[in-house]
Amino acid sequence: MKIIAHSALPTSAGTQNTLKIAPDADLGQLAADGALQGVDRIELDFPKFTDGRAFSQAVLLRRRFGFAGDLRATGDVLIDQLVQMARSGFTSAVLAPGVDAAAAERQFARYSAFYQGDALQPRPRFARQDAAPEAA
Amino acid sequence: MYQYTEFDRQFVQLRAQQFRDQLERWQRGELTDEQFLPLRLQNGWYIQRYAPMLRAAVPYGEISSAQLRVLARIARYYDRPDPDLLAHAQQTQDELQASQPGLTLAAPPLRHGYGHFTTRTNVQFNWIPITQAADVMDLLASVDMHGIQTSGNAIRNITCEALAGIAPDEIVDTRPFAEILRQWSTLHPEFAFLPRKFKIAFNGAAEDRAATGWYDIGIQARKNPAGEVGFTLQVGGGMGRTPIIGSVVREFLPWAELLNYIEAVVRVYNRYGRRDNKWKARIKILVKAEGQRFVDEVEAEYAAIVQQDGAPHTITQAELDRVAASFVVPPLRPAHVPSEAGITAKPFQRWLAQNVGKHRLSHLSVVTLSFKRPGWAPGDADADTLDALAELADTFSAGEARLTHEQNLLLPWVHASDLPALYERAKRLSLVQPNIGLLTDMIACPGGDFCSLANARAIPIAAALTELYQDIDEVTDLGPIDLHISGCINSCGHHHSGHIGILGVDKDGKEWYQVTLGGSDGSALSGPATPGKVVGPSFSAAEVPGVVEAILDTYRDLRLGSQERFIQTLRRVGHEPFKQAANGARLIDHRAARQAEEATA
Repeated sequence: MKIIAHSALPTSAGTQNTLKIAPDADLGQLAADGALQGVDRIELDFPKFTDGRAFSQAVLLRRRFGFAGDLRATGDVLIDQLVQMARSGFTSAVLAPGVDAAAAERQFARYSAFYQGDALQPRPRFARQDAAPEAA
Repeated sequence: MYQYTEFDRQFVQLRAQQFRDQLERWQRGELTDEQFLPLRLQNGWYIQRYAPMLRAAVPYGEISSAQLRVLARIARYYDRPDPDLLAHAQQTQDELQASQPGLTLAAPPLRHGYGHFTTRTNVQFNWIPITQAADVMDLLASVDMHGIQTSGNAIRNITCEALAGIAPDEIVDTRPFAEILRQWSTLHPEFAFLPRKFKIAFNGAAEDRAATGWYDIGIQARKNPAGEVGFTLQVGGGMGRTPIIGSVVREFLPWAELLNYIEAVVRVYNRYGRRDNKWKARIKILVKAEGQRFVDEVEAEYAAIVQQDGAPHTITQAELDRVAASFVVPPLRPAHVPSEAGITAKPFQRWLAQNVGKHRLSHLSVVTLSFKRPGWAPGDADADTLDALAELADTFSAGEARLTHEQNLLLPWVHASDLPALYERAKRLSLVQPNIGLLTDMIACPGGDFCSLANARAIPIAAALTELYQDIDEVTDLGPIDLHISGCINSCGHHHSGHIGILGVDKDGKEWYQVTLGGSDGSALSGPATPGKVVGPSFSAAEVPGVVEAILDTYRDLRLGSQERFIQTLRRVGHEPFKQAANGARLIDHRAARQAEEATA
């Protein structure tokens, strides 16, 4: 996952093929209208870090709408949500102003695996060949 | 009970490490209070009235003797307030007490060094300094325990009826499914920031002992005519300011589909649940507002999970078998502890009749130890008691115990021949009051003694009623009565579902109590789950015991023989005579005080 400090964000980069989607947007409608066509990057917004709607939007964009471009988290993005974001299908995140990226990498190194499936690994641990449940 | 794998064990240890990292960043000022809040909540750490509170999960109530010993250690060495803090807290409580209008109830002093059993099979500690929080999480992890998602707007600790796997009337042992769901919900990336908290309960017997109608998702296990296991799912139940009973969204969901379907429910909730108003953010509000449209959305999402995603979380037979293998009858042997107990003596017989239940296996008994005793708040166990419970579990119940929804502790594997010896030992711990299911087996939240949300104290009300109903003959005669006390509308004391409910309300900094009648948790005796109805304007604390007494005297006057239970009489004759009795029990000067309060409100 590409982690971008707020201060390091280029002001006019790649806006051409970027689509911003609001947390209350109807993805099905956007897709039906062709709004996802030819888009390189979709930005999903976290108006507050406690507003988790964009996690579901990310999962659906990857899984249902087959979006393969850059999925970027914007808004109130804190480092403790980055792993969750990556697991939900985000590939880049712009940290909220003032948030230091230094402690971010550690978060990714912490867990070797998770129980449930996600956008990266759709099957839960119990159904994966590479993680056959071990004995107690 | 479930046996942790190496992966499970490592997972809770890593979670404890992660929490330590977050705590340290907060202490260094790298995380603001606001940013740290949901992180600590998702590990069970609140900041309460005077100190942090830890809520440790006991998934579906099953706890081992080793875990009880660690809880004892936490109670003994960590649940210790700094003397200045305690003095300040006690003084503040004393001032609150002194500010009550007219007469009030005695207020037991603040206690520390104990764990509190909640209605949702968690254990809470009230005084652990935040600086020791990470050490305590390491200690919990050392016995496969944690506080993951015991708070915060995520899927909370999952509960089962306390008799899962041992009830004679069981249809399906729901514990393996609860464990599979626990694992699925643990650190779910998509569902950690829902609009509001999300609670799931299972029931696997004909009788609903898990209050499933009151849950965000209530799951009733069934078998169809072909003998296949499935679930009836109720969605959108909940207490709080707007009590609502869940709606059935699926009559029979095949067991393998459980995770796929719940994913659909939670995703629809995450998308559409209200985030603008905390009081309207629970799924119950969404279900009530949208009705069939909600069900249609869930079904459409479920269909997409199955057809487009390929139903990745379909539970495999292999996984069910793996998990179910943990939930077998443990190696059992009678303790053969010599006993002096006179088995024909009335106290023992009474205990046998009230606190000892039938087991699925005929040579075993289910023993409920009563944590409703004078001098203690409901569900409180100090360090010595927790250690002693571990000993009892080891000696008499294969090292296993269970927390119950009613805030007691149950021993699931007791040989009938060991009952006298167990009685004798439990009696020394004052845990044999023969009141299980009776009036004094009341539910109460910690209330305004500890909780920063509370409007009023619950512990003094519970203490006064415990005191008033000391005569076990009288309590036995009154029969099964659910008395539930909450210190505020958040309803942690489940007042809505009490036959008699008591709710603390605040008026101008003074404590008042609303009394409700006729609530039900959904048990066979109580009838379909329903909230109670308010009897009238609120009462002062000092009035509450007299009000309860007047209600119960009315019951005794009106009942058709001793076999007609309180709730049955109430349903037969209606609320009116009980309301009149309750309102007639107001104290004159309190009435004046209340009117003055209302005039100025």
